[in-house]
Amino acid sequence: MIPVGFEYSRPSTVEEAVAALAADPDAKVLAGGQSLLPVLRLRLAAPTTLVDLRDVESLHGVRVAGDDLVIGAMTTHDEILHDARVAEHAPLIAAATATVGDRQVRHLGTFGGSLSHADPAGDLPAVACALDATMVAVGPNGRREIPAADFFVDYLTTALAPDEILVEVRVPDTAGWGHRYEKFNRMAQAWSIVGVAALVRRVDGGVTDTRVALTNMGRRPVRATAVERALTGTAGDAGAVTAAAGHADEGAEPPSDVNGAADYRAHLSRVLTRRALTVAVGA
Amino acid sequence: MTRISVTVDGVESTDEVEPRTLLVQYLREARGRTGTPVGCDTSNCGACTVLVDGRAVKSCALLAVQADGREVTTVQGLSNGALHPVQRAFHERHALQCGYCTPGMIMAAVDLLRETPDPTEQEVREGLEGNLCRCTGYQNIVAAVRDAAAELRGAS
Amino acid sequence: MTATQDTGTREVGTARRRKEDAHLITGQTTWTDNIQLAGTVHAALLRSPMAHARIRVDVSAARNEPGVVAAYSGADLADELAGLPSAWQVTPDWVAPEHKPLATDEVRYAGDAVAVVVADTRAHAVDALDAIEVDYEPLPVVLDMERAMADDSPLVHSDAGTNVCFRYSDTFGDVAGAFADAPLHITRRYVQQRLVPCAMEPRSVVVAPVPAAGEYTVWSSTQIPHFVRLFLALLTGVSESRIRVIAPDVGGGFGSKLDIYAEELLTFTLARKLGRPVKWTETRSEAFQATIHGRDQIQDLDLACDADGRIRGLRVNLLADMGAYLQLLTPAIPLLGRAMFPGIYKMDAYEFGCVGVFTDKTPTDAYRGAGRPEATFAIERLLDELAAELHVDPLEIRRRNWIRHEEFPYDQIAGLTYDSGNYEAATARATELFDYAGLRAEQARRREAHDPVQLGIGVSTYTEMCGLAPSRWLGDRGYAGGGWEAASVRLLPTGKVEAVVGTSPHGQGHVTTFSQIVADTLGVPFDDVEVVHGDTAAAPAGLDTYGSRSLAVGGVAVWRAAQRVRDKAKTLAAHLLEVSEDDLDFDGGSFAVRGTPGATKTIQEVAFAAFAAHSIPEGFEPTLSADFVLEPDDFSFPHGTHLCAVDVDTETGRVTIRRYVAVDDVGKVVNPLIVEGQVHGGLAQGIAQALHEIAVYDEDGNLTTGTMVDYTPPSAADLPSFTTDRTETPSTTNPLGVKGVGEAGTIASTPAVVNAVVDALRPYGVTDVPMPCTPERVWRAIHEAQGGTS
Repeated sequence: MIPVGFEYSRPSTVEEAVAALAADPDAKVLAGGQSLLPVLRLRLAAPTTLVDLRDVESLHGVRVAGDDLVIGAMTTHDEILHDARVAEHAPLIAAATATVGDRQVRHLGTFGGSLSHADPAGDLPAVACALDATMVAVGPNGRREIPAADFFVDYLTTALAPDEILVEVRVPDTAGWGHRYEKFNRMAQAWSIVGVAALVRRVDGGVTDTRVALTNMGRRPVRATAVERALTGTAGDAGAVTAAAGHADEGAEPPSDVNGAADYRAHLSRVLTRRALTVAVGA
Repeated sequence: MTRISVTVDGVESTDEVEPRTLLVQYLREARGRTGTPVGCDTSNCGACTVLVDGRAVKSCALLAVQADGREVTTVQGLSNGALHPVQRAFHERHALQCGYCTPGMIMAAVDLLRETPDPTEQEVREGLEGNLCRCTGYQNIVAAVRDAAAELRGAS
Repeated sequence: MTATQDTGTREVGTARRRKEDAHLITGQTTWTDNIQLAGTVHAALLRSPMAHARIRVDVSAARNEPGVVAAYSGADLADELAGLPSAWQVTPDWVAPEHKPLATDEVRYAGDAVAVVVADTRAHAVDALDAIEVDYEPLPVVLDMERAMADDSPLVHSDAGTNVCFRYSDTFGDVAGAFADAPLHITRRYVQQRLVPCAMEPRSVVVAPVPAAGEYTVWSSTQIPHFVRLFLALLTGVSESRIRVIAPDVGGGFGSKLDIYAEELLTFTLARKLGRPVKWTETRSEAFQATIHGRDQIQDLDLACDADGRIRGLRVNLLADMGAYLQLLTPAIPLLGRAMFPGIYKMDAYEFGCVGVFTDKTPTDAYRGAGRPEATFAIERLLDELAAELHVDPLEIRRRNWIRHEEFPYDQIAGLTYDSGNYEAATARATELFDYAGLRAEQARRREAHDPVQLGIGVSTYTEMCGLAPSRWLGDRGYAGGGWEAASVRLLPTGKVEAVVGTSPHGQGHVTTFSQIVADTLGVPFDDVEVVHGDTAAAPAGLDTYGSRSLAVGGVAVWRAAQRVRDKAKTLAAHLLEVSEDDLDFDGGSFAVRGTPGATKTIQEVAFAAFAAHSIPEGFEPTLSADFVLEPDDFSFPHGTHLCAVDVDTETGRVTIRRYVAVDDVGKVVNPLIVEGQVHGGLAQGIAQALHEIAVYDEDGNLTTGTMVDYTPPSAADLPSFTTDRTETPSTTNPLGVKGVGEAGTIASTPAVVNAVVDALRPYGVTDVPMPCTPERVWRAIHEAQGGTS
């Protein structure tokens, strides 16, 4: 219940934050804390410094820059749910965010925090992958952009260096695309057993683009490329959706745990992909 | 130690705290607000729910230092003499038995009704998904929240 | 005669809002962990991460950590800490291994405590645990009950020479005859998974000593303050009269706080050694390991029937997991279900056997229902299987076998006498509320259409025994104590009433319910009654709260004590009015001389007169107070019919409860609001066993589901609304006509839900889904029944 003691720093600029991280190799970023605090309380981690980003103004909020939606890493789930620009440009994010945690968690938890935590059972990493989002990080050597596909490296591991901070996420405009986040969990409050983030663009009825990414079907989000290939170019009819969804688990290495064995997850991914695409093609 | 100023139930105080102090420990131990209990160590049960700047949060999932400069409302600060409509509805509807989850449940409900003044049964159930009760089976809690919603709508 | 017939008032039967609520909804609570006494030091326990190991513990480094006042290993305190009690010797030759509060040389489950640190703050105590050095030498682990029975199994307690705690068997009627040539057998194995009670308030203990006087005040989050006092006295040698145990606000129990815990004895011993207040509060993670678990039973069942489905006999063989040690009632829990496997059905013969087995897991003990849910699940599942076998409606198969209402009182096969009941009436009401015929028609349509979401309908017609318990019955079965209950009622000089009770509520609403009983009996306003409980200094006699006993035993004691007060008041009123008692009527709180308008004394006036004692009859003891210790005549048997409809998504395996109707008959009802609340909560826990909860250990004996993240108690979003109603058949074993309701919902609902799940899947060839019926298990059951491998 009581974390191991640590130093606390609350910088007001990204540069100060990066410096604070660089000063202590065992420092950790505190964003909303909704994943970190339980870990600290159970003493599963014991950072020696927490760098609280709450006062770094530039990390908060949502804006539109050119064709991209730019979401500050410290934007809370609740802010995203109430943001008209997110609803318009990237409704898939809003749909998935509504399923994250519970209302208390959504008040504190942040978009950037969820992505940086890189829990394979978390919902937003797959969404970021499906959207082909770009992660913008700042470290001692400056700013760099990391495609979502490269950002999630392994279980609870991202491409961020220990002294790098995720500052914002750039999301290409998917207004007008059909979308669906199909989440399957055992209890309302529970993590996804499997989740499916789906985006479909149709022109004159035909499917021109398909993006499908899976939650908790491996140690990091899985892009279901076989599904995407199978559906793109079809008429998006039920038969095509069902056939495409049958490829959902191709190449995935789903985990086995108390919430589901690998074969069950593989099965679920096919069913849920069909359901997600059925909604997404309908838009 | 870190110096923080937090307004709790309308009273501001400046205190030195260890950074690792959870908000709920600060409330209970430094500020004597023991009306907010602790029910778990994984942020599942929601018994410790309070409002921070008017938004429901689990006070075990927040460090006291994160509440610096903010305003915290606990179940003990919800009413000024007369009961809050949510408290009254919990009593009228027998929405509590042992009462341990009740402070958090009430605070979560207050927050839900702020955002959703006329919730359906399903909206109440989903809105309270972050608060566990082991006694009531939730049915009377849901009814109480909807009763309170009606009263709050009538009053506004 | 009932309380309502006693007087002109009508509190009993009304939905009074609870007196208990005011402080709970405003946060003005006294949970044990809220108690902050000056000079308090805090204890934290180091718990074994190994399920079975020989240990060497060195706490010396911890003593140098910041704020540390003391640190002890189990060996350090071996002479000062007695073994924990198990109060129910179920067989003469049971094996009851020593159970030290801190392990001395061996740990036997993950979570077994090995050392304690006491420090100025809780944080310092927890920090210093890291400085304790423990050498764990791993020993073989046995987790599976059947494995534990094998000759070559590792032993949990090597000096016991066996993992068998006890073997128990009973036979009623001509079992061989009933089973010979029976044309139909339903033979099944069901598993009652291990459950974690998860009361919302974690356990907490504060012990404040007065060293010079040798006195101790103990606050504990317990259901049983009187037992805690008794056992602390027995285990420490301190006189009972010097130990005051207070159960302040207690945040739920469900059986998990019906125990004498290591931390209670340890905290007491530390306070005694250190001469200052000591506090210990468990974290939720500790609770998962160190607070008792429930159920965990393998049931082998054989139902012998005639070709038309009439039951001839039932054979039950149980394996019951004790865990690593015996807690207060551990071995008795499966045996509390012994007589309830026959349920509401008539049969010619019954055989019951049970083996209690030790494993390297957290000890089990009472969890809501304690033995009866297991029994009810077994018989109600079997009845649905019998119905399916015969292609008969499950309600019809029950009608063919149940005890008819005109047959009560009924001596059932296992030796119990069911006091009263009307299964026909409850079932008729339930089927009407449920629209049973309509749902069956819909089910047929959806089966026909091969709907991927199938509808299932489950039935549970249960009874249970409550009102624990006639003392002689307990004594005959090896229990060390009795089953009476005590109450004192005092009519104070101001006319207010104080009812002191020996039950110890933790959410059940005793203050309100008992106020209603007293108000009716004495003709005083409901608000004028105070109920005092949960403090051995204020209420020294009592046997506390468990087993749906508080109203059926404790409530009757309160009523009897109030009657004594009323009778005494009548004697004084007659004296004051200078008439014979026979000339007085009592109505609405007033004694009136029959036929003489205006010649009255209110009971409040009499109360003051009894206090002043200026004019009292010869031999009359001043003041109006009376005690009553009630020895229950027999159990009472609530019953009911629960019907559950589920939608089962056959693609994902998800089960969604679509409709749940519970019609319960709990005898006379004092407060329908509280009764309904008890039913709701019971349903939630029974449904949680059916669909959601299970304690899972990995092969090394670590509890995989050791937090609420993995154990998944249901939230509001995971449960449906319930339709509840009642029929009312008064009990005949107590004068209030009441029966218990605290456990009925839990007992009834689990089989109703599982029956519904299986019913939905019968077209797929599924005959069982192991609990909890999680999406994965449901999907796998379908998959395997369809010939798939997994």
